[in-house]
Amino acid sequence: MDENIQLVASTAPHLRDEDSVSMIMYSVVWALVPATLSAVYFFRGQAVGIILTCTIAALVAEVLAQRLRGVPATLWDGSALVTGLLLGLNMPPTVPLWMAALGSVVAIVIGKQVFGGLGHNPFNPALVGRAFLLAAFPVQMTKWIAPFDAVSASTPLAQGAGGIYGYGHLYLGLVPGSLGETSAFALLLGALYLLYREYIDWRIPVGYLGTVAVISLLAGQDPLFQLLSGGLMLGALFMATDMVTTPITRAGRWIFGIGAGVILMVIRLWGAMPEGVTYSILIMNGLTPLLNRWTRPRIFGHGGVKAQ
Amino acid sequence: MPAPAKVILSLQQHTGGPSKPLVEVGQEVKLGQKIAEASSFISASLHASVAGKVVEIAPHPHPTGGEVTAIVIENDGSDEWAEGIGPKGSLDSLTPEQIREIVKEAGIVGLGGAAFPTHVKINPPPDKPIEHLVLNGCECEAYLTTDHRLMMERTEDIAFGGKALAKALGVKKVIIGVERNKPEAIEAFREIAARDDLFQVESLEVKYPQGAEKQLIYCLFGREVPSRGLPADVGVVVQNVATAAAVADAIKKGWPLIKRVITVSGTGVQEPKNVEVRLGTPVKDIIEFAGGYKGTPGKVLMGGPMTGVALHSTEVPVMKGTSGVIVFPREEVKQYDPAPCIRCGRCVDACPAYLMPVTIANFAEKGMLQEANQYGAMDCIECGCCTYVCPAKRFLLHWIQLAKHQLLALKRQTG
Repeated sequence: MDENIQLVASTAPHLRDEDSVSMIMYSVVWALVPATLSAVYFFRGQAVGIILTCTIAALVAEVLAQRLRGVPATLWDGSALVTGLLLGLNMPPTVPLWMAALGSVVAIVIGKQVFGGLGHNPFNPALVGRAFLLAAFPVQMTKWIAPFDAVSASTPLAQGAGGIYGYGHLYLGLVPGSLGETSAFALLLGALYLLYREYIDWRIPVGYLGTVAVISLLAGQDPLFQLLSGGLMLGALFMATDMVTTPITRAGRWIFGIGAGVILMVIRLWGAMPEGVTYSILIMNGLTPLLNRWTRPRIFGHGGVKAQ
Repeated sequence: MPAPAKVILSLQQHTGGPSKPLVEVGQEVKLGQKIAEASSFISASLHASVAGKVVEIAPHPHPTGGEVTAIVIENDGSDEWAEGIGPKGSLDSLTPEQIREIVKEAGIVGLGGAAFPTHVKINPPPDKPIEHLVLNGCECEAYLTTDHRLMMERTEDIAFGGKALAKALGVKKVIIGVERNKPEAIEAFREIAARDDLFQVESLEVKYPQGAEKQLIYCLFGREVPSRGLPADVGVVVQNVATAAAVADAIKKGWPLIKRVITVSGTGVQEPKNVEVRLGTPVKDIIEFAGGYKGTPGKVLMGGPMTGVALHSTEVPVMKGTSGVIVFPREEVKQYDPAPCIRCGRCVDACPAYLMPVTIANFAEKGMLQEANQYGAMDCIECGCCTYVCPAKRFLLHWIQLAKHQLLALKRQTG
């Protein structure tokens, strides 16, 4: 036997699951394809321009920020692509392209890179970008048009239940709104794929949507209308489920979803704005480190079933 | 496989204090002769696994990476048994004390992997009454099939050993836990249980780490062994089926522990198989016996793929606790470059000890030992599940193990 063989002596375990960070990120991109297609179908060229601008700006910002920080570029992990795409889908159809690009730069640089890049950001970067634009350009960020024609219109939430849009319109996305938020059908399709791959935890959307439904009922609102309107589906399925900015414990994820639902309904029912998905998730993002601390699982052998 | 030309018997085969040599270089020893004795309460005796001449008592490569003193015996090929090796009488005629003494003298340790001295396990303190003996037939890891083979081929001996251990412990019930994917083994034990009330067979869900002692107890009784406690704290003693078979050998034939069954497997070996080897056989001899390497070897593991040790040298000998030798070819050995943690929480979901592995590993990486301890570093059972599932390919277990070692060292320092 050849005794000059070179053996690798690494630590256990010697088997690893196939999943990787970039596989998860690109799966999210795939899962957003139906919503992206629905955006392009409903809002045509405007959607294409805004989504492309947001994604390209996010990728460029990622590379430049990492170069400035003097760290290796990790463009291909797919995380910047997800951020850019999500921000694009969160844009109103009439927003100027430069504004969309600025949102992406803020999302990547202020939302992520200043904290140390992927994995270190406390807040969902795409939502940081959106919140910035919402605060800086409130008029342009809340200008809505009806699908297919460029006629300005108000969103179902601004009209309230009993407006001109029925459940069917809301489900398919035939309503004014941000590019990718209108079609619950397209969003659910993508989310089902992520649930199947176990890339998102069902506890967050179930907690979030369930709480919204319950509070709507208690407040005498139409729960189905509340669920299907505004950015809730996009937020609950794709933004509140962002791994980096949500708790790592199961109990924490339940509280995260329920808490976001409560905050959202407070904003929708009593707030000055018709919509509050962005803030509901950002506030819960801020609470995430505390949730992790409060929901530490009881360690095996620490006061469980008593020894007899 | 045939006995090798030379065996290397490390003085640290087991959990606990190293054995103390009883022989000198140049001395002739016979098969089964005691060549080293237990040095402390938790320690074990060691016996010659071949007959021949002691040629060396010197440091030798140990699976853990360092070197440990070993007794090297050159095989004269005679396999002549030492004097006094023979049947110890019927089980009925032996007292619990005698059984414990036989087990101790035979140098038997847990053959599942941890190699905890068996005589200590069957001698629990009087304030901890033992209700159940569990025979662990859950293969501890993927790739390893030794327990399965043994359960099929030595069913009667395992039952005999179980009976002897039960007598030593004074328990009225022996539960044999076997994973559901081994129906023949379950059937074989059910036949025994049908004739003998002492035994009860439980078919268990197939999952990793089902074979881990504390997890197995929880699965069978719904009792959690307290943190840093022993199974005896919840009235249970667990023994591996191979250990029970070794006990049967020690009583029926008077054999000390000089050989064991190990799995030779992996895609880097020509003929994967289970082989009975003499303790102290160098790993390279075993691989040769299994037809040699297939392709260029990249990793040779002692133990299973989840908890096994990657050997730095194939000169390392088989120990009492070695359950397998697994070879992966070079092209299958991946080296990982960890990405940043994306806080997916999979390690938390996967941890059978309900820890937050990422949090402990982060503290360990930053040298924050007390915080790592607070988050339960010492409760880690080192199954490797967290690291297996991590999509960022982080070395979570590595850092947690480091924290554990440092915490133990700190405790020794401060007393």
